[in-house]
Amino acid sequence: MKAPSFAYARPDSLGEALGLLAGHGEGARALAGGQSLLASLNMRLSSPELLVDVTGLKELSGIRVQDDALRIGALTRHCEIECSAEVARHAPLLAQAVPHVAHVAIRNAGTLGGSLALADPAAEYPACALALEASLVIAGARGERRVAARDFFRGLYSTALEPHELLVAAEFPLLKPGYRSAFLELARRHGDYAIVGVAAHARVDGGRFSDLRLAYLGVGATAVRAERAAAVLEGKAYGPQAVASAQAALGEDLDPSPDLYHSAATKLHLARVLTGRALAALVQ
Amino acid sequence: MSQAPATEIVTTFVLNGTPVTRRVQARQHLVDFLREEMGLTGSHTACEHGVCGACTLRVDGEIVRGCLMLAVQADGRKVDTIEGLSDSGELAALQSAFHERNALQCGFCTPGMLMAALDLLKNRPEATREQIRAHLSGNYCRCTGYHAIVDAVEAVLEAQRGAKP
Repeated sequence: MKAPSFAYARPDSLGEALGLLAGHGEGARALAGGQSLLASLNMRLSSPELLVDVTGLKELSGIRVQDDALRIGALTRHCEIECSAEVARHAPLLAQAVPHVAHVAIRNAGTLGGSLALADPAAEYPACALALEASLVIAGARGERRVAARDFFRGLYSTALEPHELLVAAEFPLLKPGYRSAFLELARRHGDYAIVGVAAHARVDGGRFSDLRLAYLGVGATAVRAERAAAVLEGKAYGPQAVASAQAALGEDLDPSPDLYHSAATKLHLARVLTGRALAALVQ
Repeated sequence: MSQAPATEIVTTFVLNGTPVTRRVQARQHLVDFLREEMGLTGSHTACEHGVCGACTLRVDGEIVRGCLMLAVQADGRKVDTIEGLSDSGELAALQSAFHERNALQCGFCTPGMLMAALDLLKNRPEATREQIRAHLSGNYCRCTGYHAIVDAVEAVLEAQRGAKP
């Protein structure tokens, strides 16, 4: 299908972009990589009056260490995250997640900020942001504010962003000594939307877990942190019993919604399988 | 330079090495523009939501989904299509290998497949068979079952590696 008619603007400053968004309210949408927005327009699932193309705002792109965080600009593309030595060093969870994001041609255009702001429940970055306890930097007419990842994702495709605001960056705490990450995902074909995925991050000392974070994608309206499964493993050493107890506790954390092909029970089972693999990967 | 809100916008870009300037509807995606306004029908439209890869184009040297980029977004950029890369001879080895190994049947996916394969040749010359599959995973083929396509790309990669001392 073809997109409905809309107006297009390409501001060359953040102030101008925010002015356009504020001036058009709910009728305006920010256009970043466009890999989900343009698809939804072509399918006529949305019909904004105005697309504000922010891709000219070079200051919203780039990866740098700032204080104790890795700051990744919202317009940084998946392919740049994939190739970044800084990401591999300071946020290896993201480096492991990004090859699961669609395909090469889409990773060349799609952006970190676009994915986080869309908040697709099957997307990789929201789960990573929850597991790493990232902070999201949001710009609006009244200046910048920071929102913790756990407060940012509100529901299905719903975030703490107001219509007149723009996500400008995400800040991921730098990898601390002793911490390890694992990202695993099941999909029908490589690059398809995840059936279930897990972002795992923990301090591992002599095979013993502490500060374990497990965040799941594809299991509900948003990415979900499994607090109970993580608590069960606090201070515990990796082993068959520890893994089984976490897998059992996961039933209290997750209440997956079925999709076209997978029942809720199947999704929970697959989440447990991935949990076992992720815990094994963390101690490897 | 910023562009104020408009539904039709004058857009200038370099298409297969030649500068073009056209008044473009904001809602028109790049592949429709190339097919309908420029007569370049080699890039195909199929799913139009970024799934099938039949519309794969090269923009500023990187492959992208032509259906997920607006024509107005090509402004100031360099766009290469299957036509341009065929004429320049850049695709000759791949085209010949696809022919020899019967790596196409209906041919609908072939332009996109060649664009993705050429990207691999340029950026991952050491790619293994698994990596070839991963790189082409965003391009659907409903005829061949992919084996012949992977064979063809692998043959060109091997020849390319053999040619270098």
